[in-house]
Amino acid sequence: MAGLVATQITRAADITGVITLKGTPPKEVEITPIMDNPDCAAMYNGKTPTTHFYVVGPKGGFADVVVSLKDASGNDLTGKSTGASAKPAVLDQKGCLYHPGISAIQTGQKLIVKNSDNCIHNVHTTSKAGNPEHNDAQMPGGADLTYTFNKPETLMKFQCDVHPWMFAWVSIFDNPYFCVSDQDGKFTIKNVPPGKYTIEANHRKLGAKTQTVEVAGKDVTVNFTFDVK
Amino acid sequence: MNADAPAKINRPLHWFAVLAAMATFLLLGAGGLVTSHEAGMSVPDWPNSYGYNMFAFPVSKWTGGIFYEHTHRLWASVVGLMTTILAVWIWRKDSRKWMRWLGVAAFLLVVVQGVLGGLRVVLIDTDLGIIHGVVGQTFFVLMCALALFTGGFWAKICEQKKFNVPRYLRMLVLSTTILIFVQLILGATMRGQHAGLSISDFPLAHGKIWPDTSAAAVARYNAERIQIMNVNPITAFQIILQMVHRIVALTIFIFVAICAAQAWRSLGKRDPLTRFAIFWLALILMQIGLGIATILSDKAADIATAHVLGGALSLVTGALGCIISFRRTARLPEVQTAPFAFGTLAANK
Repeated sequence: MAGLVATQITRAADITGVITLKGTPPKEVEITPIMDNPDCAAMYNGKTPTTHFYVVGPKGGFADVVVSLKDASGNDLTGKSTGASAKPAVLDQKGCLYHPGISAIQTGQKLIVKNSDNCIHNVHTTSKAGNPEHNDAQMPGGADLTYTFNKPETLMKFQCDVHPWMFAWVSIFDNPYFCVSDQDGKFTIKNVPPGKYTIEANHRKLGAKTQTVEVAGKDVTVNFTFDVK
Repeated sequence: MNADAPAKINRPLHWFAVLAAMATFLLLGAGGLVTSHEAGMSVPDWPNSYGYNMFAFPVSKWTGGIFYEHTHRLWASVVGLMTTILAVWIWRKDSRKWMRWLGVAAFLLVVVQGVLGGLRVVLIDTDLGIIHGVVGQTFFVLMCALALFTGGFWAKICEQKKFNVPRYLRMLVLSTTILIFVQLILGATMRGQHAGLSISDFPLAHGKIWPDTSAAAVARYNAERIQIMNVNPITAFQIILQMVHRIVALTIFIFVAICAAQAWRSLGKRDPLTRFAIFWLALILMQIGLGIATILSDKAADIATAHVLGGALSLVTGALGCIISFRRTARLPEVQTAPFAFGTLAANK
């Protein structure tokens, strides 16, 4: 029996939870320059897309929050990347917008940038953590661009300067313990080894919140609430 | 013969110099539009454009930000060519040694400016973009000076024997022009942050006379801001930068107003320099209006670019005013006119 308990305590487990937003966020605005550009407007049939800074589900679930683990002291977990063998992540330029707007990858993991549009884009990255900056042309129907980054970074910006309303934010971790909350605010960090951690939820506009969490052989639930005034 | 004046006015040369200066002004506008539309990196390669020779890049591909960046490069080539022609023409036809070397300086500066613009793109270096903006305006001053030095107005100034300008007034014009140059650097640095408007209200700043720049306040500003363009988050540094820009603008207005008032008192209302100073004051008022409009329009690209051009005109007006006022006083006895003395006019007729 003691052996069974010991096995359970040493087993990796998942951390799940829900992120909610309380309060009324600023109103999203229409991205009117899209409709002034014939190449882009053609893809929208007259319906102007809006910004997506605050994506909130019907029950208050808050999407696009990057959830990640740090050590118990709040320092980055480093040297644990499995990015080299991880499935490539994909960032697509479609309808003159980046999809997804917020994503997260590991160091050494391939990030494939596609151009699914009928127009030229340039893929311009801006790093504040010493990752190499890129500015690459991508013709319509042209080859995918593939990047890897070796330094952890919070919300590195991808932008298109041909269409300056286009941007995406990619967080880079040196470990596999992270995810991005979905449309209902739900998140799951899988296969977390036993131990004590700091879990951080980071929203591009509202900043970061942290809690401590201990994984001891069974799944753990941690919820976050962000407030806007 | 006066060594500063042209031996003989070469009208075609003078009008070509004027045309080149006007072309440079248009180039400043084209460059301003590039930054205002956040299109500076929309053509990732240089000197080619998406792999094409710059002059063969198909018009059908001049879309979005590419239109602004590519036409800026093409017009820069025109200005480079005009500057080269001007420099060669001056070297061959102007007898003034200093003028020939000034033409060479203009040629070298336009080459440097072109390379700076290209390196800004290939090295993905925002700081080079700021330097490119400042050097562009300096080059514009040089081109306007060349146009001045080739014309009849300059020849007349060089021949005048009595029109000196009091030292305090010359120093005031010089100091104000330097302050405008500093303001230009501040403005270029603000635009080089690519963060949109760090303060979006006027005359207050985030609802106060001096804005709150604490970490919590800045976080709140960023949380509340919904921007269409892919701008960087606001920082406390950027907010302070804009406040300094506002204060310097007010200082410039006061200094230019004093210049105009003192020119009126010292030189008389009909003196060309007095009229110049009044024009300068009108320009500064317009520039302040454009600055306010830039804020209230949420940095509309055309208004922000007009503000850049207004700054360029303010700088060149001050610079030419300095050149003219110093030249008029060169090698002439000082008139000891006290500042703010009522009813004192230099005998200038």
